[in-house]
Amino acid sequence: MQLTIWTYEGPPHIGAMRVATAMRGLHYVLHAPQGDTYADLLFTMIERRDARPPVTYTTFQARDLGADTAAIFKNAVEAAYERFRPEAMIVGASCTAELIQDDPGGLAKALALPIPVIPLDLPSYQKKENWGASETFYRLVRTLAVPVKPTAPRETRRPLCNILGPTALGFRHRDDLVEIRSLLGRLGIDMNVVAPLGATPADLGRLGEADFNVVLYPEIARAAGQHLHKTFGQPMVETVPIGVQATIRFVEEVAALAGIDPAPVLDGAPSRLPWYSRSVDSTYLTGKRVFVFGDATHALAAARVASTELGFKIVGLGTYTREFAREIRAEAALHGIEALVTDDYLDVEAAIQASAAELVLGTQMERHIAKRLGLPCAVISAPIHVQDFPARHSPQMGFEGANVLFDTWVHPLMMGLEEHLLGMFREDNEFHADAAPSHLGPGHQPVPPPFAGEGGPRVSEGRERGAPSPERSPPLPPAPQAPSPAEGGGSSSSAQSIWAPDAEKELRKIPFFVRGKARANTERFARERELPLITVETLYDAKAHFGR
Amino acid sequence: MNAHAKLGNFDPACGVEIRQERGQRAVFCGLTGIVWLHRKIQDAFFLVVGSRTCAHLIQSAAGVMIFAEPRFATAIIDERDLAGIADMNDELDRVVGRLIERRPEIKLLFLVGSCPSEVIKLDLGRAAQRLSRELSPQVRVLSYSGSGIETTFTQGEDACLASLVPSMPAEAKDAAPSLLVVGALADVVEDQFARIFAELSIAPVRFLPARRAGEMPPVGPNTLALLAQPFLADTARALEERGATRLTAPFPLGAEGTTGWLKAAADAFDVAPARFAAATAAGSRRAEQALAPYRAMLARRRVFFFPDSQLEIPLARFLSRELGAELVEIGTPYLHRGHLADELALLPRGTTIVEGQDLDAQMDRCRAARPDLTVCGLGLANPLEAEGLATKWSIELLFTPIQGYDQAGDLAELFARPLVRRTRLEV
Repeated sequence: MQLTIWTYEGPPHIGAMRVATAMRGLHYVLHAPQGDTYADLLFTMIERRDARPPVTYTTFQARDLGADTAAIFKNAVEAAYERFRPEAMIVGASCTAELIQDDPGGLAKALALPIPVIPLDLPSYQKKENWGASETFYRLVRTLAVPVKPTAPRETRRPLCNILGPTALGFRHRDDLVEIRSLLGRLGIDMNVVAPLGATPADLGRLGEADFNVVLYPEIARAAGQHLHKTFGQPMVETVPIGVQATIRFVEEVAALAGIDPAPVLDGAPSRLPWYSRSVDSTYLTGKRVFVFGDATHALAAARVASTELGFKIVGLGTYTREFAREIRAEAALHGIEALVTDDYLDVEAAIQASAAELVLGTQMERHIAKRLGLPCAVISAPIHVQDFPARHSPQMGFEGANVLFDTWVHPLMMGLEEHLLGMFREDNEFHADAAPSHLGPGHQPVPPPFAGEGGPRVSEGRERGAPSPERSPPLPPAPQAPSPAEGGGSSSSAQSIWAPDAEKELRKIPFFVRGKARANTERFARERELPLITVETLYDAKAHFGR
Repeated sequence: MNAHAKLGNFDPACGVEIRQERGQRAVFCGLTGIVWLHRKIQDAFFLVVGSRTCAHLIQSAAGVMIFAEPRFATAIIDERDLAGIADMNDELDRVVGRLIERRPEIKLLFLVGSCPSEVIKLDLGRAAQRLSRELSPQVRVLSYSGSGIETTFTQGEDACLASLVPSMPAEAKDAAPSLLVVGALADVVEDQFARIFAELSIAPVRFLPARRAGEMPPVGPNTLALLAQPFLADTARALEERGATRLTAPFPLGAEGTTGWLKAAADAFDVAPARFAAATAAGSRRAEQALAPYRAMLARRRVFFFPDSQLEIPLARFLSRELGAELVEIGTPYLHRGHLADELALLPRGTTIVEGQDLDAQMDRCRAARPDLTVCGLGLANPLEAEGLATKWSIELLFTPIQGYDQAGDLAELFARPLVRRTRLEV
């Protein structure tokens, strides 16, 4: 039993819904109790889809449990077939139906429908959303993709590829797909099937016609890609084209597989990121301490782009995708840090606090943590939020995606000259110790908007209307009060140093965005030397000691 | 769970057609009520004992990615628990221990049952007793079910409040009559009602739930219970078992409903008609003034309700009688004929009420009827909008102060807004 306040991923049947909703001509019958239909609103409200997901729920109730839930399921399958006439169906159980063991697969098979009916076995008490999407897509591909006769000989036609991975409710999948299609098109490669997004079951049947596969989101499509590799011998490109270097590598790999010249796409300056990063105004980005957390695909890419394309320093790297823990650990090791693999957001919060990061690249969850800590943040990954479906084109992948990354990661930061002014005139009444960074809005406390009244689900960060009292915040480092006990960077410590009033005052002259780090470093310095009192001298000794 | 009064209780003379439907339902489960209840009782905490789906539901349906820590969480059952490798009661004790350690301000802890916990027959009642003994007097532990197999949406609040009733203090047998207003209301609405009751010289007036766990009101044979929400079947029954008498009344939505609701209390306390008129005159005048502009927008508009919160019937009555709207179909997940008798009597003759749901068939009827406004859940709203139907998503009606005279205009505005928006947009 795990105590959970917020979750990074839904249950695995949500992953199956993401695949089903992405596709056309596929219907999902889900054996599930009343209430599980909440999942519809993920698609209709968060993603703003204009149709219900192609899902029929059995919505059984307590009174049905004593009777015949299996019959309810069979009726639901039959009724769904009659009404929607899908090309294929997937059937399965949500967490509760898994416990009553009605065997949806067997029941559906007994109906002998004239279409492929694919049973899904998604263990709700072990696995999560992305795994569920991966398993569903793999099962679909395994069942529906059939050996096909080779099309015209390779020499007489353009190269042909499949794009695997984009789903409904995916983080920028819509826009990534536009970029990748365009890249491949400019290389002279034709698209055979894009799946699951927009594909029909019949399209999955044609997967084998392609020369190779492009796997955009390994969490979702690696298993299917590996199956196609094994079964049809189709090579697979698994380099995730996020960032300039990864995109170049992706183009080169694809071009090599297609036997074509990548130069037309790579020549010139396909992305503005390299020049913007070399432009002198970007020098203030040098060594900015960045904490990265997200799904494995986006966290890995973000760590690489942040360190090698923007010149940041990675001080934290983690993921909630346990299936890809190995890759994340390897990448973390390159940055000399230990990876954080967890789905407990309290652990992530503690790690961010301990890292003394200056920028957080994370999910909506980390955005909230960062707000609480007064840190700038950019969102790089699901869990999905209505804001992750912007009206404008905003890809993460490809050369345009790299431009988007530069903008979205750099804009939350203070501009270089502003930072200097703050450093020089610390007692200016707008720069004083407790002044909030202007770009983070009026103070760190959010202004509570009327709950859900205007924008739909998951847009409100405030309290609902009529909320009786402000929510108690979890323990934060105490506000500076002289003299105060040093807390050893949040962790428990035996020897505590006391801040002398003048040192505390001096600390408050340090701009807010480095003050936390200065405090932690000074306290560590004092602790290591067993200094009972932190003076102004200690503060500057520590600065000299830790100075980079 | 819902008291299903026999059809015989219903007087067909009022000319309302009631049909029952079974099939796929698109409704929330009772866990959703936690979203507002955890704000209402300020030192209570709601621990759902369930699956990842439960945690995901509350997080997504509620949309409360709140800045600070919420006062609810989920103890997610995993395969170790199910396989019997871990003793589930030990696990629960461990989770509760960790929680109480982290949140020492919790005074009342609800263990909330879910579909999985019900199906595996995890006895949360017993767990609550055990934990209550261990944690007393610092923390009281209660349990109720918010599972989808047993509760629909607002029935979660009903189950929660019903779980509070047995431990409410006993009111002395010879106590003067007291009024107990039952059902979570926005604090602002509660305060308005308290002022009106004071003007009516009705005292003492108490509210269930109280804002703090230690201040739950007493109940006894001289308690007169006035339901502020139409979905409190179990709570009403539990109060009656403690000796309380339920007052029959319409629900305080719109000016007419509010007057009727207050009148039920006034009559029970023998308030003179002149005094009642004086105490309600200002409120009902303000409500009338606030409603007037919306009448032009909503009169003769055809409204279709999908089942959601059990508020549908009082809302339909308000739209029909105070704003002149026409009612195409009123879907409701359950119909408590006893509690809603006064409301049913106010509906226009020939109104169609559908209890329960068969989603696809109901959507077909809605499409065929092409109503001017469709009141429905979040999952259906955008798809119907895309088909050209104006919708009002209904969960907002639970999260917004809508009861009483001074909210009548706000309530009308919620229904008018989708229509007004359509006249504004030129894209």
